[in-house]
Amino acid sequence: MELQLRGITKRFPGVLANDDVTLTARSGKVLALIGENGAGKSTLMNVLSGLYHPDAGEIEIDGTVQKFDDPGDAIRAGIGMVHQHFMLVPVFSVWENVVLGVEPTLGPGVLNRKKARQEVREISERFGLAVDPDVMVEDIPVGIQQRVEIIKVLLRGAKILVFDEPTAVLTPQEVDEFFGIIAELKSRGATIIFITHKLKEALAIADDITVLRGGRVVGHADPATATAEELATMMVGRDIDLVVNKAESQPGDAVLELDGVTMLDDYGRPLLNSISLKVHAGEIVGVAGIQGNGQTELVEAITGLLPVTRGTVRFDGKDITRMSPRDRHSAGMAHVPEDRNHMGMIGSFSVAENLVLDSYYARPFSKGIRLQGGEISTTAEDLVEQFDVRPPIISNTGSALSGGNAQKMIVAREFSRDVPLVICAQPTRGIDVGSIEYIHEQIVKKRDEGRALLIVSTELDEIFALSDRILVMYDGRIVAELKASDTTPTEVGLYMAGRAA
Amino acid sequence: MSLTSPDGKTTIEPDDSGWGTFVRRLSTSADWKTGLVIPALAVLTALIIGAVIIMLTGSSLQETLQAYWALLEGSVGSLRAISATLTEATPLILTGLSVAIAFRAGLFNIGGEGQVLIGGMTAVLVGFSFAGLPWFIHMPLAVIAGFVGGGLWGFVPGFLKAKTGAHEVIVTIMMNYIAIYLVGYLLKSSLFQREGRNDPISKNVEASAALPKLLAWFDSAMRVHLGLFVALAAAVAVWWLLFRTTTGFEFRAVGANPHAARYAGMSVTKVYVLVMIIAGGLAGLAGGGQVLGVLDRASPGFSAGLGFDGISVALLGRSNPFGVVAAALLFGGLNAGGQNMQATANVGIDLVSVIQALIIIFVAAPALIGAIYRVKTDASSTQISQGWSS
Repeated sequence: MELQLRGITKRFPGVLANDDVTLTARSGKVLALIGENGAGKSTLMNVLSGLYHPDAGEIEIDGTVQKFDDPGDAIRAGIGMVHQHFMLVPVFSVWENVVLGVEPTLGPGVLNRKKARQEVREISERFGLAVDPDVMVEDIPVGIQQRVEIIKVLLRGAKILVFDEPTAVLTPQEVDEFFGIIAELKSRGATIIFITHKLKEALAIADDITVLRGGRVVGHADPATATAEELATMMVGRDIDLVVNKAESQPGDAVLELDGVTMLDDYGRPLLNSISLKVHAGEIVGVAGIQGNGQTELVEAITGLLPVTRGTVRFDGKDITRMSPRDRHSAGMAHVPEDRNHMGMIGSFSVAENLVLDSYYARPFSKGIRLQGGEISTTAEDLVEQFDVRPPIISNTGSALSGGNAQKMIVAREFSRDVPLVICAQPTRGIDVGSIEYIHEQIVKKRDEGRALLIVSTELDEIFALSDRILVMYDGRIVAELKASDTTPTEVGLYMAGRAA
Repeated sequence: MSLTSPDGKTTIEPDDSGWGTFVRRLSTSADWKTGLVIPALAVLTALIIGAVIIMLTGSSLQETLQAYWALLEGSVGSLRAISATLTEATPLILTGLSVAIAFRAGLFNIGGEGQVLIGGMTAVLVGFSFAGLPWFIHMPLAVIAGFVGGGLWGFVPGFLKAKTGAHEVIVTIMMNYIAIYLVGYLLKSSLFQREGRNDPISKNVEASAALPKLLAWFDSAMRVHLGLFVALAAAVAVWWLLFRTTTGFEFRAVGANPHAARYAGMSVTKVYVLVMIIAGGLAGLAGGGQVLGVLDRASPGFSAGLGFDGISVALLGRSNPFGVVAAALLFGGLNAGGQNMQATANVGIDLVSVIQALIIIFVAAPALIGAIYRVKTDASSTQISQGWSS
């Protein structure tokens, strides 16, 4: 089916989220819709799925103008959404999840389990989406859960499939498998819309690329000829340098040393297995690995948020294994946490308050128990300007900031402290290209000032862009230590998958 | 970069955690709406429904209006009415602050009732002991004893939450029962029971410990007492603590996002214990104020639901210390006026409870008010406490 959007305009109080958006998605083709956070991608998809009514413009499927009053209308017209955050019931089996809401019945209220299972199996075979209908959703990996979501929309008769940031939660191997699924769906004539801000993926898989910025279509690109730099420039509206320029590192003394650090869970299974590592002044050490291989625990062991079972953590030569997070902070450790909204900031607090979230307790931000509001405001004003947090209004709440600006706020808080060690976990996850570029520059600048940096990232591109040395984590262990200039993403990828040890 | 998100959330959220003064906060448009307009409309709607209820019981429109006139007269119609309103409001300010400060730290203090009782008992104990002390020592000592007793009763659930994860809602409810029966026992013990009495009633507090009646020189029926100023001072102190100190910063951080608080090096368990001591202490002050300023002695059930009414007051006052004062004055006025309404207009004082309950329903469900009056409500700003499960 061919989908056409013509002149879609959607206004919210104070914001023109979509401005005269026109685009075409063709049958058997993949249209990649790219843009920064806040470019209007989500609004456009909500219009398409019947959640929002456009203020102007029309949706046309195979030459017929459609009017969606609710998401049900969109589904009946053949549009299926696969959301970034899966809408699955973890304690239900695969087939139960798939038929939820459209259950085949034997009589009123009596579930036809046999038919339901069969329908699921049929679709899974027809489209090559291998999945066991009887396993619990909570027991299967994220990549398979995504297949369940795809089967769900196919069962509901979708011919136009919309994927919202589908690879954000997948491992590199799962991404490859996912691309295989897309190719299969394509070959069966499905119309696919692929929303992403990962330019490489758009180039790899799309037949057409449409770029959104500030709610408008700012350009189309042919993936056969376009480059990532060109797309990034279109997305951001200015020239973007995707390569981080940095000189050879000049490592000094070891600032952070871990020696045989082991952390066991409540059942005595190792989350961290005898980890030893060093981070020197003036170098960036990147920790690569697929999500969930102990990186979170490693960071929390270093910052004191989780207790270490065995082994020692030394900072500036001192044993800090049993020190509290507060004492480590005041001893000179900065920490950009991996989960921005959950840990790194408080959404209901003002930007000013978030900027002193972990340093409020000391001078100059407080004297005794009295907070120094004036000092906090002045510092906050400086920081939002210096770190380019937009809008630069320190009385706004943290939750009013976009992902990229919230991350810049957190980076501002942690990087403005002149301390010897900075731990950054997923420093650029889910943020726009412009902010990524900025944060990467700040990280390299810290290194050149002679600070020690430990960067944990699941993005191989980021690891390679920043690291002087690369450590690969797999199953709670460090399985490889490589000099960034002597290795390749392929080699690191193999270690990440645990295939070479 | 005003295009931060497609839903247009670029405005200042009506949370009073900012740096401006109270007045400045009230003057921002978003705050007017959620801070005052919604509660005001909630009160109006509750009064209208209350009127319908009066009429359903067989009263004419004229009688209904007369009943409301009596309600108004009984709350602000005369100096004596105002005195009654302030007397009723005094303990509500304190129990409201107790619930509010715990809310801010993410805890639901249902234990105000028990804390009022224990605080009242310790205050009355100090109040009838130490005869002969000068008033300027005895009175503050008795008031502080109320804070200490309530604080002790608040410490227990705070400590259990911090050490074992026991949910404070369960523990504070149970602590209420323990307090009720403990008070019943103590009032029959030789330490508390008045000589020559068989019923559970305590000795009278010494004159040197009693909170002086502010207007008794003018009219002996006016019962408003010095506790009012204690309550107002407590409101200012709670505001200062919450918004001007590192301790309050920690309270609010833990209440808003305990994970981020822990990341920032705060001790979440220390906050739980400390805030429950303060919350219990504030409720204890309310109990102390009642026995030292109004009742002169303790008897079973002298808490009279103050701890539970504190939840409503905190909710209506949006856990803002000054909002709590305003809400307590409103509830105090309804209580005082309700007595006048019952006496002169033949409408039962139970109607006041109905109106108070309706106000709380509308404040807790601002979408209802939004639908009735077509004003925009921000649902996210009305969350005052974390869910049961957290």
